[in-house]
Amino acid sequence: MSTPAAGLPGDGTSAIGQVHESAQPSLDELRAEAMEWGRKPRTLGGWYVTEHMVRAMRAYGWTIVVGALGQPILYLLGLAVGLAALIDAPVSEGGVEVSYLVFVAPALLMTSTIAVATEEFTYPVMAGFKWRRYFYGFNASPLSSGQIATGVVLGAAARMTVVAVAYTLFLYVFGAIPDLATGWLSIFIAILAGLAFGIPLMAYAASIEDDKGQFALVQRFVFMPMFLFSGTFYPLATLPLWLQWIGWISPLWHATEIGRWLTYGRPIAPAMLVVHVGYLIALAVVGYLVGKRIFERRLAK
Amino acid sequence: MPAPVISASNLVKAYKVKGKPDFLAVDGLSFEVAPGESFGLLGPNGAGKSTTMKMIGAVSTRTSGDLTILGLDPDQYGPEIRSRLGVVPQQDNLDGELNARENLYIYGRYFGLPGAVCAQKADELLAFAALEDKAKSKVDQLSGGMKRRLTIARGLINDPRILLLDEPTTGLDPQARHVLCDRLFRLKERGTTLLLTTHYMDEAEQLCDRLVVVDKGRIMAEGTPASLIREHSSREVLEVRFGSDRNQQIEPMLQGIGDRVEVLPDRVLIYTENGEHALERVTQRGLEPITSLVRRSSLEDVFLRLTGRSLIE
Repeated sequence: MSTPAAGLPGDGTSAIGQVHESAQPSLDELRAEAMEWGRKPRTLGGWYVTEHMVRAMRAYGWTIVVGALGQPILYLLGLAVGLAALIDAPVSEGGVEVSYLVFVAPALLMTSTIAVATEEFTYPVMAGFKWRRYFYGFNASPLSSGQIATGVVLGAAARMTVVAVAYTLFLYVFGAIPDLATGWLSIFIAILAGLAFGIPLMAYAASIEDDKGQFALVQRFVFMPMFLFSGTFYPLATLPLWLQWIGWISPLWHATEIGRWLTYGRPIAPAMLVVHVGYLIALAVVGYLVGKRIFERRLAK
Repeated sequence: MPAPVISASNLVKAYKVKGKPDFLAVDGLSFEVAPGESFGLLGPNGAGKSTTMKMIGAVSTRTSGDLTILGLDPDQYGPEIRSRLGVVPQQDNLDGELNARENLYIYGRYFGLPGAVCAQKADELLAFAALEDKAKSKVDQLSGGMKRRLTIARGLINDPRILLLDEPTTGLDPQARHVLCDRLFRLKERGTTLLLTTHYMDEAEQLCDRLVVVDKGRIMAEGTPASLIREHSSREVLEVRFGSDRNQQIEPMLQGIGDRVEVLPDRVLIYTENGEHALERVTQRGLEPITSLVRRSSLEDVFLRLTGRSLIE
């Protein structure tokens, strides 16, 4: 091999042991080689982590598929066949009257991705830092802490996409999305909702040193109340004011409001639309910035 | 010496401790490692070896001092430096959800290597680590020794210029340690620069061209294994045991034999040029050790001399 910079990414020729048999390269050559090797990971590192996270999901891929398909079937059967039959009267809100199923459908869709967030942004993060420590393995390679955080986010977003698309299809088949032309866009809102709830949760998970059942508490005392009090099963205005605040801070409520506008055209004030989207984006962005810092500190210890 | 691939000067790592002065895990280390050299950091637990390794691995930032790796400053060029390093951490951090081959494959991807190259490398390295028949096994099902070998294989996926090994053989049975040492020796022959920490003396003597003895974040001595032994210990050591309760009592009676006498809880070490001769003098004084052993001085003795402590406590 004539050049000292053997085994550069992509040449595919270097076999183990052949690389350094020639005379030792000079320091300048080594430096140049490192600069060359560092280029791709610097720009694409986040995607490499995403690839890893998605691959690792295959270990529980069956759970993901069953969850993505089974959950909507169960909810829709329960609500469409059971509850909707009981609640015969249409829901009338904002001057639009729709069946109960149509009313509740966007909220179910948003809940599905938030449920994914409660899994993907908790245990895998704890495993990465503590149980299996694979984040430290990532970090010993060219990948940076920020890229690791990004990869976790994108990996979860990939799973959310699968879940949201499947859910939307089921909703459509059950007749819960009257207006598919704009209704399908709620897939994106669902992913945004999952990230708005999940990324701050990731930051929290990254800050936990010892597992004392915090994630079970998040499930019970953050996710469940949010699910119940976010205008999911009835308009938020039905609640007394002293309970409505839960909806206002809940990404689920903000996302559902947009979803109802998209799936059945419930009117929404442009200013409120900006508030809803802005709030979701703000949660995700602030969560990411804080989370990235926590990843950096913890990995550099 | 050709331009060093690792150059540390007055390297310091301080950790904040509430209500106390900063704790200096690394307190002014200076050393250089030449290309192709095999360099060891030797010291007890808590000496600052792992912290030093993390700074050289460009993951932990230094508090002060100068550090260049492959001619680059890790504060600025972390990803570039790490792209040419292989790292074998003290604790395995493989992904247990993936199988052995996938762990290698995906790690190659982190370096921007194309999938086909990663696949080829993964197979080569499985062979190198003698794990071909475990390719499809989930990492969780591998033994400790196999995991260790897989971690080392993973560290080689990018044909690193420098391989960092932090306590590579800790927790391994002798057979697994032997296989590992053999693999490291082969890498050394191929010209890979090795930087390793260990508290196994025999390993350090076999593998290291040069080493520093570190204690409490500082360098106590530096040199080749042979020169360190020559400088800080005698040629031979006589080890005698009188029973754990009597070793201390008998010490005064051993004065004058050999250059130096050291009492450990379980045995007495007598440093001397001629062990057999020293043993004769012990028995001449009417002392009858339960067991006696003459051996060559090792790095363990150097460490004991320099720090007043045994390496494995």
